[in-house]
Amino acid sequence: MNDLASTDYLGCLLKSWPIKSTESLSWLNQLRAQAIDRISTQKLPTRRDEEWRFTDISPIAHLPYQPSQPECNLHAHDIEHLSLKEAKNRLVFVDGHYSSNLSTIFDSTALVIGNLPEFVATHASTLESHLGQHVQFDNNVFAALNTAFLRDGALIIVPKNIAIVEPIHLLFIATQKEVTSYPRCLLIGEAGSDVTLVEDYVALQQATYITNSVTEISLAANAHAKHIRIQRESAQAFHLANCAVSLAHASNYQSTSISLGSQISRYNLNVRLTDAAAECVVDGLTLISDRQLADTHTCIDHLKPNGTSRQHHKCIVDDAAHAVFNGKIIVHPHAQQTNSSQSSRNLLLSKLAQVDTKPQLEIFADDVKCAHGATVGQLDQEEIFYLESRGLSAKAARNLLTYAFGAEIISRIPVTSLRQQLEQAVLNQTQSN
Amino acid sequence: MIDKNSRTILSVQGLRASINGTEILKGIDLTVKSGEIHAIMGLNGSGKSTFAKVLAGHSAYEITGGSVQFEGNNLLELPPEERARAGLFLAFQYPIEIPGVANTQFLRLAYNTVQTKRGKEELDPLEFDDFVREKMKLLEMNPDFLDRSVNEGFSGGEKKRNEILQMALLEPTLSILDETDSGLDIDALKTVANGVNQIANKNNATILVTHYQRLLDYIVPDFVHVMQAGRIVMTGGKELALELETRGYDWVNANKSVAGVIA
Repeated sequence: MNDLASTDYLGCLLKSWPIKSTESLSWLNQLRAQAIDRISTQKLPTRRDEEWRFTDISPIAHLPYQPSQPECNLHAHDIEHLSLKEAKNRLVFVDGHYSSNLSTIFDSTALVIGNLPEFVATHASTLESHLGQHVQFDNNVFAALNTAFLRDGALIIVPKNIAIVEPIHLLFIATQKEVTSYPRCLLIGEAGSDVTLVEDYVALQQATYITNSVTEISLAANAHAKHIRIQRESAQAFHLANCAVSLAHASNYQSTSISLGSQISRYNLNVRLTDAAAECVVDGLTLISDRQLADTHTCIDHLKPNGTSRQHHKCIVDDAAHAVFNGKIIVHPHAQQTNSSQSSRNLLLSKLAQVDTKPQLEIFADDVKCAHGATVGQLDQEEIFYLESRGLSAKAARNLLTYAFGAEIISRIPVTSLRQQLEQAVLNQTQSN
Repeated sequence: MIDKNSRTILSVQGLRASINGTEILKGIDLTVKSGEIHAIMGLNGSGKSTFAKVLAGHSAYEITGGSVQFEGNNLLELPPEERARAGLFLAFQYPIEIPGVANTQFLRLAYNTVQTKRGKEELDPLEFDDFVREKMKLLEMNPDFLDRSVNEGFSGGEKKRNEILQMALLEPTLSILDETDSGLDIDALKTVANGVNQIANKNNATILVTHYQRLLDYIVPDFVHVMQAGRIVMTGGKELALELETRGYDWVNANKSVAGVIA
């Protein structure tokens, strides 16, 4: 891709939605201005960039989709099938814009939950110290774009020592075609708090559009968060997402991300264990077919001693689809006694299916335990024989094993109704006739 | 038990099989009748596990000679799933782990698949749950194993119990137990043996493939066969296993010529 197209694309996007000078908060304007400033120094990444060598993002340079306008015609019954019965708190964003009609806020006394702009005045100092502070946009043009267009967003602050038992559902619905939406989430878990967050990207129709999302999560000492992320966009969509997580002392972050949709998707997850004894579990499942491309880049950054990280990423790739997994684990010199494991397991269901998996361990401490492994292959003949010897046909055996390969990750999702929805999705996509 | 009115379940004649061009089975003859328990003993590499897998239809092995009749039908032309549906069961030496599939889901799928092929009714999840819990008592298995993934994180003993549970559910005519005793402590061995003994009756038959005599203290065979280099070189009654235990497999070499006499 030539630089001219890239510059045009970014310039075109920036021209499209000038920042309103009426915004009262200078720090927020400054943040946006900073982001715009960074965009002007960057280009769209190409395959010459190490971070993008497996993923050709150039198709979007030809699609300078304008930011979506808030025009929501949805009614509650239109999205009934997307609701999670366990979730009492639900924030709904339609094409990136908050919909108070479709949202349900149950716990407004127990925690801070709602649309970002409602809190910029009342929670200015908290927001200022977190918003845009976890995701780096200096070298990330998509995060910079999201920040430049920052407007609506999900804000959740779980107060000190409060445990929210029911999951919180953030539902991002795409309805418009040929637009870009910029979803934004900020979760702050104060000391000793506990929360389960479901970040769910869906489409109501098959259309081409771009989702560019940024999620920031900050957990204070001893805080716990389970973060379930479901990307089930339209098969023609482009989904570009950045999530950054900061973990304080003895905090615990468990992530399960599932990628099913989009023509091209890219998910960057950066977890920083900024203080001692923090723990994270980072699980992922990519299930794609046709000519889909799904790229997951994770970085688990151990900065302090006694941290634990466990990562289990799986891809099931059919037809001529292409999955990418790049899992970086950094153990800094002070992060002694780090215990880290990573596995990347990949199942190719057709001759044209492709996977690029790259474990990347950078270890600068000497007293650590780090294990990693990657496999790419077809179903195991011994496993098929085992099932055949129990009366299952070869096809039924293959279907069951393929389903099981994905279901292993799904089964770790702590929200029953969501797990069932996803099990069905995996079942539908793994059963050949 | 040996019974005059029994019918022939399995008839193996001159069976030869190879893997990747190497011949492992070099002409096996064996007849198993209803009500009988046979033990096949032999050192590692003698071909006894290969024989078990070949009977179950493992695709890695190529049949190069001989014939196998199972209840009067040509077993070798059936794919493995049809052998299972016809009533042949192999308890694996190393049962496969299937993370992501609940054991109860797997057991019910296998049960219903085999039942419908035999013209019987399927059981729904609730009916099956009652049914399988009864069978689990036979093996003193904790019902928690129903909700766990198939064999995942099971101890060696738990895996073997799960194999025998499948055998109890599928009610095979011929059960082949491949090294079911390996990796079991004495209590687990007794429980597993008790399960096998309760399943065995005058209408079915069992083949125990084992390296050691220990299992045969608890499941008493009617016949003991010794395999060596891909052939059955000696056949006798249950006392042959004790003889092997005291004298070792070297003794077989010295006495192969009298094999016919012992049989």
